Amino acid sequence: MIIGKGKSIKDILAMIENHSKIIVAGCRGCVTVCAAGGEKEVGILSAALSLAREKDGKPITIKEVTLERQCDSEYLESIRSFVDEYEAVVSIACGAGVQFMAEKFRKIPLYPGIDTNFIGVTEAQGVWTERCQACGDCKLHITGGICPISRCAKSLFNGPCGGSAKGKCEINPEVDCGWQLIYDRLKELGKLDQLEIIIPINDWSNSRDGGPRKIIREDLTL
Amino acid sequence: MRLSYPTNIKIIQVPCTGKVDVLYLLKSFQRGADGVYVAGCLEGNCHYLTGNLRARKRVEYIKKILDEIGIGGERLEMYNMSAAQGPRFVEIANEMTERIKKLGPNPIKLAASTKSEEGAQKGKEECFV
Repeated sequence: MIIGKGKSIKDILAMIENHSKIIVAGCRGCVTVCAAGGEKEVGILSAALSLAREKDGKPITIKEVTLERQCDSEYLESIRSFVDEYEAVVSIACGAGVQFMAEKFRKIPLYPGIDTNFIGVTEAQGVWTERCQACGDCKLHITGGICPISRCAKSLFNGPCGGSAKGKCEINPEVDCGWQLIYDRLKELGKLDQLEIIIPINDWSNSRDGGPRKIIREDLTL
Repeated sequence: MRLSYPTNIKIIQVPCTGKVDVLYLLKSFQRGADGVYVAGCLEGNCHYLTGNLRARKRVEYIKKILDEIGIGGERLEMYNMSAAQGPRFVEIANEMTERIKKLGPNPIKLAASTKSEEGAQKGKEECFV
């Protein structure tokens, strides 16, 4: 899922400084699971913003909404009937959700309430870690299901490098060496011979090349 | 024991301090509480094992938010005591009341009173037990 983290309330207060009637919009997708932008966080952020504004003698009216997803038009439509009654929207969905909402509602200023960080997993309750950088050319079948791009600090395809010591990466003694993880997993699988496969240079044209990426499934388009 | 504690404290009973949601704490301040404290069981003695430990973490989280927005994290506190510690309950009630008196009323009431000249409202604290 997409992992995000709430922006500081001070930053959000600065964004909405000149507004007195806003919507705080959450998303029931990824950001609900990573506790950054779900219904609960909408409540917390709204309460904090409203307290801060009341304290400053500039009360604010806040409508709290949480959409099923902000990355799908049909769910965004659910706020169309009342969005014009407000001066701005603070969206605490991921960057994709914030942008899609801005595209759909062109006349209302839209502010991001969270920072979108990475694609990751819930490692333990309250702990999220990165697993994928959406490079668009998956190599997990060769590397024992562990991604060398996101798990190795240098994104090496034929690692490890000399900075690997006692299973840890030189960037931080708490970070596992991605290639040590790959080696251990392949050993468990009895497939150490896969380490002899030379992975060619990545096709980065599937990644951050050529502008925003697009996928079209002809069988699904209307 | 018939011990008395300050009358400005309004007690809100919850089955376990683990039930004290972060929104309860924020909304108490939104509704004008000058201070809030959560009175949980002694650490290690939670009937539900970790309810009071979770409450403490939530209190710490909301203290940071209160500091950030200028309400002041010191208006919120977590205490641990057992149901058999009546004198300790009174001691904490007095301690918290003194602290809040020094801090003055909830800043949102001050902002409202300077605007409408309603005057300061009566002091109020909430305690989740």
